[in-house]
Amino acid sequence: MKARVTVTLKSGILDPQGKAIEGALKSLGVDGVASVRQGKVFDIELSGSDKAKAEAALKDAADKLLANTVIENYRVELL
Amino acid sequence: MKSAVLVFPGINRERDMARALKLVSGQEAAMVWHAETELPKGTDLVVVPGGFSYGDYLRCGAIAARAPVMDAVRKYAAGGGLVLGVCNGFQILCEAGLLPGVLMRNARLKFVCRDVHLRVERSDSPFTRGYNAGQVIRVPVAHGEGNYEADEETVKRLEGEGRVLYRYCSAEGIVDEESNINGAAQSIAGIVNERGNVLGMMPHPENHVEDIMGCTDGRGLFAGLAAHLQKAA
Repeated sequence: MKARVTVTLKSGILDPQGKAIEGALKSLGVDGVASVRQGKVFDIELSGSDKAKAEAALKDAADKLLANTVIENYRVELL
Repeated sequence: MKSAVLVFPGINRERDMARALKLVSGQEAAMVWHAETELPKGTDLVVVPGGFSYGDYLRCGAIAARAPVMDAVRKYAAGGGLVLGVCNGFQILCEAGLLPGVLMRNARLKFVCRDVHLRVERSDSPFTRGYNAGQVIRVPVAHGEGNYEADEETVKRLEGEGRVLYRYCSAEGIVDEESNINGAAQSIAGIVNERGNVLGMMPHPENHVEDIMGCTDGRGLFAGLAAHLQKAA
């Protein structure tokens, strides 16, 4: 089973990297970029086939390691 | 003073730290590998040194914070033991939940490697008793992610409870935007936990302890710890 965990900065948290990327896009002449916030994507392969279990394990992984919930939100998807 | 210096893959300031500890306390520090599950018996001080544990993968300090030895450090801190985290060590302590908040990318996106001035905010902590309150010291920093951030309520609590021990300032001791090298909330350079026995700081006091380094302002931190422990014993 394949899964994807997406980690993004909470709103209100300053994202200097996103700002720098935003600036670079604008200087490249990419039209219509209002703002950029960057984050991380984890593609995870799971060995079992139980969806509920998989989701619980992924949440556990995100809470324990993949995200720092002080500043980040995460989203778990089974693909 | 029996110190234990933790060693993680990618850490590179552990020997500077051990040298400073030996210099000030006269006692050799124990180097403790991250896979250990116990600290040496009779440890007076645990130091989490600087460097780039696990190459800063995922988030700086995130993987080291989950190493087996950190459970022992958590237990040690819960019992009131003294823990000092410097630079990557500060990041590790935050990730481990031993200190609140997080160290984010420097606001100006630059890795900063130079001497900075710090104002010692109080002198009645084991980590500052080698200094006077209000004293300005000069120590080096070398980090790309030292911008301390926490939610508003946490920062308010840190200030209200006097848990900010070190703050970035000018040579004259003035805290302003210009001297805040990484954009940290309230110019925070170092904080302690609620109980006051765990300190995390971004600057490197261990690199200003001998005349040959051009400055010995960092010595007071270690001398203060040694004095505190001697008094306790």
